[in-house]
Amino acid sequence: MDMMEAVVRGAGAEPLVAEPVIEVRDLRMRYGPKEVLNGIGFSARPGEVLALLGPNGAGKTTTIEILEGFRRRSAGHVRVLGTDPEHGGERWRARLGVVLQSWRDHGKWQVRELLEHVGLHYLPFRTEQIVRPWPVDELLDAVGLTGAGRTRVSKLSGGQRRRLDVAIGIVGRPELLFLDEPTVGFDPAARRDFHDLIHELTDMADTTVLLTTHDLDEAEKLADRILILAGGRIIASGSADELSRRVAGESEIRWTRDGQRFVHSTADATAYVRELFRQYGEAIGDLEVRRSSLEETYMKLVHEAEASR
Amino acid sequence: MTPIVMGLRRGWIEIRHTLTNSVDLWSYLFPAILLLATVAFMRNSTVPGTSFSLGSRTLPGVFGMGIAMGGLMTTSQQLIMDREDGTLLRAKAVPSGMASYLTGKVVLVGGMTLIGFLIQLIPGLFLVDGLSVDVGGWLTLLWLLPVAFVATLPLGAAVGSLFDDPRNMALVTLPIFGAIAISGIFYPITGFPGWLQGLGQVFPMYWLGLGMRSVFLPDSLAAVEIGHSWRHLETFGVLAGWAVLGLVLAPILLRRMAARESGSAVEARRERALSRVGR
Repeated sequence: MDMMEAVVRGAGAEPLVAEPVIEVRDLRMRYGPKEVLNGIGFSARPGEVLALLGPNGAGKTTTIEILEGFRRRSAGHVRVLGTDPEHGGERWRARLGVVLQSWRDHGKWQVRELLEHVGLHYLPFRTEQIVRPWPVDELLDAVGLTGAGRTRVSKLSGGQRRRLDVAIGIVGRPELLFLDEPTVGFDPAARRDFHDLIHELTDMADTTVLLTTHDLDEAEKLADRILILAGGRIIASGSADELSRRVAGESEIRWTRDGQRFVHSTADATAYVRELFRQYGEAIGDLEVRRSSLEETYMKLVHEAEASR
Repeated sequence: MTPIVMGLRRGWIEIRHTLTNSVDLWSYLFPAILLLATVAFMRNSTVPGTSFSLGSRTLPGVFGMGIAMGGLMTTSQQLIMDREDGTLLRAKAVPSGMASYLTGKVVLVGGMTLIGFLIQLIPGLFLVDGLSVDVGGWLTLLWLLPVAFVATLPLGAAVGSLFDDPRNMALVTLPIFGAIAISGIFYPITGFPGWLQGLGQVFPMYWLGLGMRSVFLPDSLAAVEIGHSWRHLETFGVLAGWAVLGLVLAPILLRRMAARESGSAVEARRERALSRVGR
């Protein structure tokens, strides 16, 4: 982490930024006597898509709301785009995007009208590199709402509404985008559509994304790196591959012998099976060797973390 | 473009919305119809001690009531609803969003109240005998309306930021109806016992009613008011007092309200609302 904090100094006073987009150290959150975050730490590099994965009540939403500047933390070091979110001004806010789950707000507004209005707020914060806001026509195309510009928000379908939520979140061309449980309550088709949309966006722009989810599949599909949060701590982190390799050492072997079923878990399945055949030879039947999946890894990690609390 | 200008645009867009859907149009027209019908029914009674129609005497007071209700109730309702459905959180997630949102709300509530007022006033001027406005009356209206807005709108915002559950709206509406009941708008305040007259004169409703009567009624009718006068100076004083109170409280309470807004707060309210309607 220290390496990433290294700042390359340019000729002028402004440092050329090579610093992490998000930097969290020993973050703690307490509601009364209840400790929700128990000293978590992580960072995000520019352009990285990071998923905070964990069961409900693990502290994901609390974490993301602290980073968004919507909630005060109890203790710890937090920097988002180099600024403490508790003291982030409007200029800082303009560099962030938050995708909110809409419900029935702005029902009377037309889609275009709303996006143009929200976009105006980013106009004073355009820079030479980032032209804010995103022109509405392009934005509508990007989120798949072409042709819906004149539709009233209350008349949108559920799926279109989620696209609008994303459009509102990115109309200011954020350098960092927050998505809190973006697909809760979606049917499988809507979920897939949404994942495709996020993929397109992250391919298109070099936006850093932090999303929370309790759905492993979603984390695996969208994220470059997954942080597993359970019991107020980050209990594991890495790419989906790294995570599954880490605990995939354990395999499950099932077989039958003399009409009886057997199950055994071991790190070295090959050696175990070789030994099994050496001892019993042809008596072994219905042999099955299964590597534990990422899902099992995840369940196991979460279970352990919650049991040790 | 400053947050204020963005808010002015926002307010204008939302006023336009209220003029293009039937629910909002009806809520403009309904009170006007109800009011004019009531005044028509009252036209045969007269103000005690005069030959002036009680209905005509009541109408201007009701204009004042409309403005008080707009400033206090519409503002607080809007804030409570916008907090529940997440409008406010959206504003918070956008740079300068809160300033622009609040400016927009002031414009919207001001505009809605003004439209409601005009919809009652214009037919009232033609259909109700005895209403007349002279130059002095229009001049009075010119200071009375802004003062009325400043006296009620910030106060409404302060009250609206205290509650976040629409079910608690009764806590807002009941005291307002109470203050209207003793405001002398529907029945001359001079008929009340002294202590009730005193209490009625604490609230802005009485003064808004009185101010509006001074605009639309002949000066001879000042004789049946307390002190036999329209008491413009006192009207201005009391309304200014409420304005100061509102302007002091509103920023503090609004800031507190905004600071508490978050995705999980909106989510919790959504859950509550959905369980209320039984999904």
